[in-house]
This record gives sequence, structure tokens and C-alpha cells, in this order.
Amino acid sequence: MRNLAALLFTGGLSFLLLVIVSQLNLGETPMIVGQRMLNEAGAEVGAANIVTSVLLAYRAFDTLGELSVLFAAATTAGLVLGHRRSDAVPDPDGGFILRAGADLLFPLLLVVGFYIIIYGHLTPGGGFQGGVILAAAFFVGVLGRPGTSLDHGVIIFIEGFAGASFIGVGLWALFAEGQFLKPMLETGTVGDLVSAGTLPLLSLALGLKVGSELAGLLTALSDTEAGEP
Amino acid sequence: MLEWIALLIVITILTSAVAVLTIRNMVGAVAAVSVVGLGVSVLFVLMHAPDVAMTEAAVGAGLSGVVLALGLRKLGLWRLEDDKGTSHPLVPTSRREDNTDA
Repeated sequence: MRNLAALLFTGGLSFLLLVIVSQLNLGETPMIVGQRMLNEAGAEVGAANIVTSVLLAYRAFDTLGELSVLFAAATTAGLVLGHRRSDAVPDPDGGFILRAGADLLFPLLLVVGFYIIIYGHLTPGGGFQGGVILAAAFFVGVLGRPGTSLDHGVIIFIEGFAGASFIGVGLWALFAEGQFLKPMLETGTVGDLVSAGTLPLLSLALGLKVGSELAGLLTALSDTEAGEP
Repeated sequence: MLEWIALLIVITILTSAVAVLTIRNMVGAVAAVSVVGLGVSVLFVLMHAPDVAMTEAAVGAGLSGVVLALGLRKLGLWRLEDDKGTSHPLVPTSRREDNTDA
């Protein structure tokens, strides 16, 4: 009897869904907002990368929301998993090859991360991707030398400063133009490094915030003692 | 040509997604999760979405794998031996002795 009811329910639900799908004209949506952004973004925002101009100009408030989601997630993960007993055994040494490899990778990852952040409005990439690479650059060093840790005071300062400057740029636009996070300054020539107004500043703030947050989380997680196998 | 590359990548993604569920070794399952993320990021490149591909490669293939692996270590599930209990040469000596006793 229960099986029959479940069968009826599933059949009815899939029938309703099929009716809805048959009424949709898929692939023929008018796409008013998207088409307008594609046409106008270059002249309005001045960023060569349209994805960045959506992320940091048209939908900058959503990016601020994403930052808070990431902050909440990183805080929770660090709180649940990042705890070290005082009598825990220290981790074994990483060895020469791991140490040398970490030292070799660190400057390369640093350059790539900052390149992706600073050129976020010209080439693919931006604050989030570059920030993750920056976090990886610092975490690789900790992996090579277990037991060492980053200075959490400095990380907390950078993270707070970057997040506050993101909101500060938004408040500046609110007082000057009447809209929160509206792009300010001259747009400049499309394709120049110094162009697109405040977008590179927002990208840098985003990258430093994400990078310091994830570096702090990863070092806190790797600092915890290993569980009993 | 592009279709065949995409097909190959989709097959890799599906195989590693099934491997995540069936593999008995936790470390291997985490590595398979990263392979899924890597394949998806290559698919994004083929679909001309380099921004999303970079995010997927950094977060899906890199960061989530590292966080999952650190979680395994914290929970004591970081073991490299196979089903028969024979340990891997990469396991430190003290743990290898424990395994031979058991």
C-alpha cells in the first residue's frame, strides 16, 4: 500500500514537472539584463573583463555577501576542527626535499597570486582566485616546516583592514554618489592597468581578505594534532 | 576533436565520482574528489569560461581537497594501507608496526 502511494506520488510529481518543462521555451529567454550588461559594461565600467565588472560593479553587493559567507564558513571550520591539546606530540619534520620545494614555490605562487588579483579587471581571474593562490603560497611553507605557524596577529590585521577597506570604498561611493559600492573615479582607457576606477582597489581588498582568511584557516587546521589512527 | 576531448573528460569525471563512493581508502577518496574538480575546471575552459575555470581549479580541485585531507588527519582516518591491511611504504615506521601487530 505504501509502495503504491509512493508510486502515485512520484508519477504525479514527475507529470507536473514535465508539464512545467514543456511549457518553458528553453534557450529563447529574452536575457534583457545580461544583454544590456554585455553591451554597456565596457563603456560604463571600463573593465576589459566583463565578469569582473559584473562581480565588482553591477553585483558588488552580492560579492560583499559572498565575503561574509566565506568568513562564516572559515570561522566555523576553524572552530570545529582547529584545536590543539597542550600535550600533543609534535609533528615529524618535513624533510629536506619538502622544505626546499616549499621555499622554491613560495615566491612563484606569490607573484602569480598578486598578478591574478591586480590584473583582475583585464584578464580572467580576480580577488577570489588570486586570494586562494596567495593562501596556498603561505600554506606550502607551513607544510614544509610542520610546527611553525604564521603570525595570526598580522593575518587578523590584514584581513580586518582589507574587509574594512572594501566596505569603506562602498561607503565613499554612498556619500559621493548616493549608491553603495557604485564604481568611482575615472574609467580610463579599456585595457590599461590603471583603469576601471575603483575596481582594482576592490579587487585588491577582496584578494587580501580571502587570502589572509584561508591562510589562517589552513594553518590552524594543519596545526591541530593528528587523531589516533 | 574537441568533442572527443570533452567526452574523455566527462568519462574521467564520472569514473572518479563513482570511485569516491566505492574506494575503501579515505585518502584515495579525497584525491578522487580533487580529480572531479580538476575535470570540471577543464570542461569550463573548453566552454570558454576561464574565470569560473580558475575558481573551480583553485577551490574545487585544490582548497577543498586540502581541507578534506586535514579533516581526515584530525579525525584519525589518515591511513594509506589497502584493504588487506598491508601498509604503504610512505607510512611512518611506528604506525607500520601497529599494522603488522593487528
